Amino acid sequence: MLNRYPLWKNLLILFVVLFGTLYALPNLFGEDYAVQISGTRGGEVTVDTVAQVERSLERAGIPIRGLTFENGQMLVRVDSDEDQLNARELLVQELGSQYVVALNLAPATPAWLAAIGGEPLKLGLDLRGGVHFLMEVDMEEALSKIREQMVTTVQDRLREERLRYQRVQADGNSIVVTMRNEADFQSAIGVLRNQYQGYDFRTDSSSRTITLAMTDQFLQETRSNAIDQNITILRNRVDELGVAEPLIQRQGADRIVVELPGVQDTARAKEILGATATLEFRFVDTDNDVQDAIAGRVPFGSRLFDQRGGGQVLLENRVILTGDHIVNASVGYDESNRPQVNISLDSAGGRMMTQATRGNIGKPMATVFIEFLATGETTDEGRIAFDRVEEVVSVATIQAVLGSNFRITGVGSVQDAQNLALLLRAGALIAPIQIVEERTVGPSLGAENVEAGMKAIIGAFILVLLFMGIYYRKFGLVANLALMTNLVMIIGVMSMIPGATLTMPGIAGIVLTVGMAVDANVIIFERIREELVEGRSPQQAIARGYENAFSTIADANITTLITALILFAVGTGSIKGFAVTLAIGIVTSMFTAIAGTRAVINLTWGRNKRLKELSI
Amino acid sequence: MFFQITKVDENRPLDFMSINKWTTALSVILIVASLISLSVNKLNWGLDFTGGTLVEVGFSQPANLTELRSVLEENDFGDAIVQNYGTPRDVLVRVPPRGEGDSDAVGNQLLQMLQANINDDIQIRRVEFVGPQVGEELAEAGGLALLVALICILIYVSFRFEWRLALSAVAGLGQDVILILGLFSITQMQVDLTILAALLAVIGYSLNDSIVVADRIRENFRKLRKEDPTSVINISLSQTLSRTLVTSLTTLVVLIVLMLFGGQMIFGFSVALAVGVVVGTYSSVFTRSTLVLALGISREDLMPPEVEKEGEDQENYL
Repeated sequence: MLNRYPLWKNLLILFVVLFGTLYALPNLFGEDYAVQISGTRGGEVTVDTVAQVERSLERAGIPIRGLTFENGQMLVRVDSDEDQLNARELLVQELGSQYVVALNLAPATPAWLAAIGGEPLKLGLDLRGGVHFLMEVDMEEALSKIREQMVTTVQDRLREERLRYQRVQADGNSIVVTMRNEADFQSAIGVLRNQYQGYDFRTDSSSRTITLAMTDQFLQETRSNAIDQNITILRNRVDELGVAEPLIQRQGADRIVVELPGVQDTARAKEILGATATLEFRFVDTDNDVQDAIAGRVPFGSRLFDQRGGGQVLLENRVILTGDHIVNASVGYDESNRPQVNISLDSAGGRMMTQATRGNIGKPMATVFIEFLATGETTDEGRIAFDRVEEVVSVATIQAVLGSNFRITGVGSVQDAQNLALLLRAGALIAPIQIVEERTVGPSLGAENVEAGMKAIIGAFILVLLFMGIYYRKFGLVANLALMTNLVMIIGVMSMIPGATLTMPGIAGIVLTVGMAVDANVIIFERIREELVEGRSPQQAIARGYENAFSTIADANITTLITALILFAVGTGSIKGFAVTLAIGIVTSMFTAIAGTRAVINLTWGRNKRLKELSI
Repeated sequence: MFFQITKVDENRPLDFMSINKWTTALSVILIVASLISLSVNKLNWGLDFTGGTLVEVGFSQPANLTELRSVLEENDFGDAIVQNYGTPRDVLVRVPPRGEGDSDAVGNQLLQMLQANINDDIQIRRVEFVGPQVGEELAEAGGLALLVALICILIYVSFRFEWRLALSAVAGLGQDVILILGLFSITQMQVDLTILAALLAVIGYSLNDSIVVADRIRENFRKLRKEDPTSVINISLSQTLSRTLVTSLTTLVVLIVLMLFGGQMIFGFSVALAVGVVVGTYSSVFTRSTLVLALGISREDLMPPEVEKEGEDQENYL
């Protein structure tokens, strides 16, 4: 008998191997230093921007190695890290705050490879350095904010209709309206009924109360929106940091993952990302005395606030405007060169501001800065408890009717002004967030990890190759060929899959696969030896060896695959990386160790009718 | 080469089962020792599960740990654990979760404090903060993963094999997990998420081993009609021995390379895997076979309903 694969099988195997090799190729080309430019806050990268960048780099004598412009992003490749830093500094100055200029490493994949989707492996944060944050959103606070807004809206609506109410207050997830008299109660029912979507409407005529209760669906939507909005805001804030290829993703019901590759200054990153600040503008209560209030006689409709740098201020309960209407904020200087923050509002915010300030010129207005700081304790439901810390950062007299653009003066030092402007710009988080997990890997450690990983792979590889070659002789060499192909295939497949990243445990997974991939060949070769001992001819032994070994190999690998899948399902971050490489390694090693070696063995020995012995 | 035992023929199998009293005793002793250590010493849970803050810093020269400790103590970090990490120049500082607010700020505090008080160019290598809530969840998810993996595997192997083989395969896994955890408990090496991943990988590996043996036991029961169960198992173990040893050794060699060169971050992971390979091999050869015999396996249990040789229908895939 002879051992032969039909031509199509040989071609298929060849094709699969070449395909895997092709996609593994981009990893050979390394990376270029680059700066990445994208638009923010209305800025847009256009052909003009490209021309501008080219001109300024040329003027500064920084040679451009390559320049790509797609999806509103521009990538400029330069020759060295020094050029890269210089280019960024230059471009930040030239392009201004409407553009984000980030340092990046761009794969130096040749165009033809990139055109067919070839990309190098994506390295996890533990290998390239960077920060990983897991943030938890405080839903309770988001809901309470909505309730407060709702109370104000209902009050305004009733006042507009000249209906007198005794109380409008939030009770749990409901708004309870108590009217003064029967007639107003009846009219209020008419006014409020069906006006507020997402609320259940209930009335109680004996106590003249109307209850608007949030429906479950509304609550759910609100939660979902709060997360989405926070993600958007975080994205803006990440833009502020100038990070290339950040990852911002929802995880579970109320968490957000933020990954910032290459970020070193984690303190700064945290300050900006985690600052759960918002802003309110309120009138100062000038009708009552602050000292009286401090002594305990706080007038109705007003409240005491702490002032930054000491002291207290009496402010009206009514909020003129909240921070979510802010479109832009920047630092400027007044006549006496003191820092100030210039603020632009959206049109709705502008109208509200105009309306509120029209009759109040000369009245002082306070800017209240609200931060949510974690107390470190957890609530009964196991959530993290937040303290709402309110602080008046400035009290300024309204000089004119304010519109969409105005400024806040007296905010402290230049640094304070810059921080305030940055936070205002990045928008207010709808709900406070708390960092519940942080992992930072410095760039040197990342590089060391890569080096250590490569050493381990190469060392392990050489030892296994030697052993197999000595122990199974020529058949061992075939297995070694399969092992090498397997390594290339793992890298190729991992480069191909968009979500797969290589992590340190992932490298360990590859090393482990190198050790385990030979198992299939060991099982097959041992079988062949046994068949030879039983007196079968070499050709028969090969055929029967492969046949008998198959189900064993399949069973053994499927169970490992099951564990890899479970690891992938429950694992996070780097553990997922391990699961991915393990799973890919199992599949590719099955292919190379069974089909691959068989094809080579068939081609080498399978055609020889007078084969007397095997080199196994 | 050194494995001339490969060509064991079925007329002269190695008598593995003759020493099964000893191996059973060894297993019992090891498991009891592990369980005692686990309940007395407990496990040294890593940051992933306890929560807290960890900072790894690199010094330009070998770090003075005593000085470092006193600086930490003076700054209200008396509860910090300070140790060298890999080299004398790398230091790991670990702080348990704090009661007061803003615990993710602890990392920055630590770094600033070290930079201010230590007269050296300190390089930040790694900062990790895990909130206590997250730690609890990770521990829960980890335990769940182990459990789900064992159950899924039990389902798969009992679908593929007779229940005695399946049960002893999974029991062997239990032994592997207990012994590895026992070792981590005795040595007080830190158990973090990567160790969990290693445990799951060991489960996969050890099962791989026992399936190869179980496959052969099944095949031999069908083929060797004259032998009693004990000698069928002895023959099967002898036939698969060279494969078991070759695979275990290549994997072990690879893992030792990983232990030596892979760096500190996956050292524990490599150790867990290496121990797992040794223990897994032991339990495939001895524990499982002993258990299968004790459960009273016989030829009738393994006769296929139809007369078809395992593997024959697979030809097309090769």
